[in-house]
Amino acid sequence: MTAPTDATTVREAVPASAAPRRFTVRGPGRERRRRRRDRAGYLFLLPWFIGMLFTIVPFFASLYLAFTDYNLLNDPKWIGLENFAEMFRDENLHQALKVTFIYSFVSVPLSLAAALGVAMVLNRGIRALPVYRAVFYLPSLLGASVAVVLLWRYIFGLDGIVNGFLGWFGIDGPAWTSDPDYALTTLIILHVWTFGSPMVIFLAGLRQIPAMYYEAAAVDGASKWRRFRSITLPLLSPIIFFNLIQSLIASFQTFTQGFVMNNGGGGPANSTLFYNLYLYQQGFNQFHMGYASAMAWTLLVIIAAFTALTFFTAKYWVHYDN
Amino acid sequence: MSITLRSSRPAPPRSSDDEDTRLERFGSTRRSRFTRHMILCLVGAFMMYPLVWMLSSSLKPNSLIFSDLSLWPTEWDLGNYAEGWTALPYDFTVYFVNSLVIVALSIIGNLLSCSLAAYGFARLDFTGRKLFFALMLGTMMLPGHVLLVPQYILFAKLGWLNTYYPLLVPNFLATNAFYIFLMVQFMRALPRELDDAARIDGCGPFRTFWRIIMPLSLPAFATTAIFTFISVWNEFFGPLLYLTDPELYTVPLALRQFVDSEGQSQWGQMFAMSVLSLAPIVGFFIAGQKYLVKGIATTGLK
Repeated sequence: MTAPTDATTVREAVPASAAPRRFTVRGPGRERRRRRRDRAGYLFLLPWFIGMLFTIVPFFASLYLAFTDYNLLNDPKWIGLENFAEMFRDENLHQALKVTFIYSFVSVPLSLAAALGVAMVLNRGIRALPVYRAVFYLPSLLGASVAVVLLWRYIFGLDGIVNGFLGWFGIDGPAWTSDPDYALTTLIILHVWTFGSPMVIFLAGLRQIPAMYYEAAAVDGASKWRRFRSITLPLLSPIIFFNLIQSLIASFQTFTQGFVMNNGGGGPANSTLFYNLYLYQQGFNQFHMGYASAMAWTLLVIIAAFTALTFFTAKYWVHYDN
Repeated sequence: MSITLRSSRPAPPRSSDDEDTRLERFGSTRRSRFTRHMILCLVGAFMMYPLVWMLSSSLKPNSLIFSDLSLWPTEWDLGNYAEGWTALPYDFTVYFVNSLVIVALSIIGNLLSCSLAAYGFARLDFTGRKLFFALMLGTMMLPGHVLLVPQYILFAKLGWLNTYYPLLVPNFLATNAFYIFLMVQFMRALPRELDDAARIDGCGPFRTFWRIIMPLSLPAFATTAIFTFISVWNEFFGPLLYLTDPELYTVPLALRQFVDSEGQSQWGQMFAMSVLSLAPIVGFFIAGQKYLVKGIATTGLK
């Protein structure tokens, strides 16, 4: 170990018991001071420590339950991998996965594209920016509320305003919410409607790209598209990356939209049976607690895998300065 | 995550919105500015339309909601609000009071517990701090549904089903790592000299927190309070899972009863109550826009 320059580095680098002798110059009070300092820190963190118990214990408990048959009344019975084998056979589960994947992989890129597009228009020095930002951001605060999902049901209903609007163009709109082919589409549109929160993050990122880059590129004769491709995208890629992961993780866990859209059933014909909605049905309607835990862990692994994949590919498309 | 955001800063950030309105970015002509305003207004109108339509429908008599396409009601009917308020088994007074109680206590809980933890992480030095901080960041990424089943079982064993405890107690235990992170980021930006000066004047860590750091962190407190308000007010899953007695229902659970009870014809009342349920969020948003925008820009919080 190289000679540390001050006491702080020593404290962090080596366990307290192995502290080098030459730093005991402050005398025997040092140990006491350290203990007092620890006590203050732990006291401030006390609520958090107790809260962590409410997180860590359930975390491992659900891993255990995933290998059991448990209905809340009898004791959990160890059944090995049976829950996971059942998941391979359960067609509703496959449907739930399909719904969740389609929803996530369509609505997340669409809403990020909308967010980036509007953020770029807003970024270039525009009057009334706070007003626009407020208008675009507000829906993202309301999107998960029951009131808005209910509203969506009626806007897209057979006689709703969407079909009324399409009617002006002579298009005979479908029964969006009761047709299995279209029900999920309405929820994807609802998701895109909430592009405001990634937009605000993009806006913060765009403001940090120095204008001189664009000026220099324009002097060199770069087209608008070229400037977007070669300056905006690379410099913004860490934020795109961040938004992508956040939005994917959130959309994999969609629940309220599917529940409210079709009175808790995930219909019509299971077309809005989101993964977490099916998990809820299994766990809290049927009390298949073991199966629900197995489902929860499977989704956790899927989310972790996609996050890891995004991180892994990041080195090919995320540009970091320095 | 903050690292990804921070590393994208080649230059110090420009400061304010006002500057932006004056700023003539390269290549901006009068015509292109006009086009941009047109596009933005059009998109904005599309986005606001559903909300305006809901407001207008809540003021129309039922028979006209789907036939009268004009946004300005040709025939006003405020009765939807009065009738909607009492349409369900309990008055909406009950549901609003329930929601308000839960929201108020959640805000207090989050502010207290998260600020204590944040001060610990940001300012105090103790054995294992880095490890605990990493653990805290880890829980931020952890999808909540994994904990769902065991937490439900735990709360059931504690006899907490059909009470507000499962919704409230976690907020007093700093389980919302996002808010801790937000406050840590804020507190770290405060000058260290303040703490040193306070210590020289004889303040212990608690006095320093209470008299120095907390008053200076009020913007972060405001952000946390607003985010807590919006997310708890909207929350549907927790109340759905833990509350079975309709007397305890929150506003979102109550709203859903409009379609459960399948009168299907009382749209006006449903929209009226929906408008009332969204009004506090819009109000908080308008009052606290500054904090919200800053909050998501620094943490990427929803």
